[in-house]
Amino acid sequence: MAEPTEPPATQRAPVIEPGHTFGSVTDQISSIVLTRPTSNGWFVGFGIAFLLTMMLLYAAGYLFLKGVGIWGITIPIAWGFAIVNFVWWIGIGHAGTLISAILLLLRQSWRNSINRFAEAMTLFAVACAGMFPIFHLGRPWLAYWLFPYPNTMQYWPQFRSPLVWDVFAVSTYATISAVFWFVGLVPDLGTLRDRSENRVAKIVYGMLAMGWRGSARHWHRYETAYLLLAGLATPLVLSVHTVVSFDFAIGIVPGWHTTIFPPYFVAGAIYSGFAMVLMLAIPIRKIYGLEGFITERHLENSAKVMLATGLIVGYGYMIEGFMGWYSGNRYDAYTIWNRFHGPYAFWYWMLLICNLLIPQVLWIRKLRTSPFWLFLISFDVLVGMWLERFIIVVVSLQRDFLTSSWGMYYPTRWDWAIFIGTIGFFLACMFLFVRLLPMISIFEMRTLLPEAEVKPE
Amino acid sequence: MKRAPIYGLMAEFDSPTDLVAAAERTRDAGYKRIDAYSPFPVEGLAEAIGFHHDLVPLVTLIGGLCGGIGGYLLQYWINVWSYPVNIGGKPYHSWPAFIVVTFEMTILFGGLSAVFGMLALNGLPMPYHPVFNVPRFAFASKDRFFLIVFSSDPKYDAASTRQFLEGLGPKSISEVPD
Repeated sequence: MAEPTEPPATQRAPVIEPGHTFGSVTDQISSIVLTRPTSNGWFVGFGIAFLLTMMLLYAAGYLFLKGVGIWGITIPIAWGFAIVNFVWWIGIGHAGTLISAILLLLRQSWRNSINRFAEAMTLFAVACAGMFPIFHLGRPWLAYWLFPYPNTMQYWPQFRSPLVWDVFAVSTYATISAVFWFVGLVPDLGTLRDRSENRVAKIVYGMLAMGWRGSARHWHRYETAYLLLAGLATPLVLSVHTVVSFDFAIGIVPGWHTTIFPPYFVAGAIYSGFAMVLMLAIPIRKIYGLEGFITERHLENSAKVMLATGLIVGYGYMIEGFMGWYSGNRYDAYTIWNRFHGPYAFWYWMLLICNLLIPQVLWIRKLRTSPFWLFLISFDVLVGMWLERFIIVVVSLQRDFLTSSWGMYYPTRWDWAIFIGTIGFFLACMFLFVRLLPMISIFEMRTLLPEAEVKPE
Repeated sequence: MKRAPIYGLMAEFDSPTDLVAAAERTRDAGYKRIDAYSPFPVEGLAEAIGFHHDLVPLVTLIGGLCGGIGGYLLQYWINVWSYPVNIGGKPYHSWPAFIVVTFEMTILFGGLSAVFGMLALNGLPMPYHPVFNVPRFAFASKDRFFLIVFSSDPKYDAASTRQFLEGLGPKSISEVPD
């Protein structure tokens, strides 16, 4: 035996608690799914989320029956909550891909314990996001018209439109996120198949594991494919919110027609995504006793990413304000003035407080490592980022070139029911995920152990 | 009862270091048809069992190129030939507007080729495999490391191969029924 590798001499918390072995990592993570009894708290939490999902179903059913008139959207504000929520949810998804793909390429091994559930979060967030444009279509049952396919109308989509780009970007993102997540799960499904005592569970996990047996040839191809997928997902994740921002930036509406949008949207997406990762990770590690895998280091690193992307978002606000003045365009200038002083000014100030002011406390190390404070700050960021999308969508459309076409937007109870319903759907999916699948990648955790290294003879 | 044919001989090890060393010695002893199983990817193990040709990158490249070229040609054909629409006097072949979809199709087809190519080259899904007949093999997905010499190896011989494997210092040796 060679001498044990020393942890680097830093004061930072380790990425995995010392003392774990291949067996203990496997047992602790798989026991959550296989042997531990389901707690009452899980049933209560899932029950609430399920009821909210039913509310979503009800509201969507009523929407399909009556049409988008049940929402508060009118001319000039035809985009309303549906697009606000679409952008908000898809932004949340971005942190999952960032953690699983970009941090993999950058060899940030601390990602290994949070990538699995961050990817699951991405998948469910994209599912929530994907609903909104379809709800907003007016005739949702014709959503397949968005795709290019030969049809008797001899019609094709208009590829010069950013809305068609968006269809391609979001559907590619959903597909690649799903396969990335599933490929990562396959070896762990093999572990669950071999560990499970229950016959039904054995068969289901066995089918999903597709006969994975951990052959060296398989691992080699697997790692290559995983790395290539990460390499492909990296530009993809940066492109998705860029394309979402094109939906706005290609238009000529003052407040939308700006080149700062793509980078500022991507930063905002990662900002809100990490906030959601923290809001999920903090209770999960506490409830399931996973502090040894999701350590203070993970919390602190996520907080740092939040702080950095929050500052980029702040820069975006600043440039928007600056360009409103510097462009010399009275409509652009008025949009900025309207944000600060118009009918929605209260919400713009709230946005600045939530997104710019409060997160600055993350400069304090004590707060970056405190689960309680991080949870609150993450909630604040999620609220702030939702308000940001509200301001971009509603306040820009509200007062554009002609005073005769100015208007106001008042969301109805159906707007709220669908928005809160998607939060319920998202949480219900997360509840099922932590109960049925390993929420931390078991095989990647094994590779973090010092014993996993092949020592030279 | 007729004895079941043998698929191979399997030796069990404690650590990835032991497995890589054992695989290298087995290769050096002249065995060609061998495989190793581990609960996580072990560095250098694929090379140790003599696996060099990984086709996944090529499959991904071809898939990505097909997706990108196909995506662009689809838009070109639609906008120039099948359904030309004059929008604000822009050219029918307005290529900058086609870049986003071309890019997305490259990623989509590249990514799917990587995944399905990997699965196909690995011969998955394969619900049954002889190695699962060994009861100890259930630990290959937890904390044990296995080396197998297939009975199809020209040098394979029930007695001498077993003797050779015992010389590697394994935890246990099992016959894998076919």
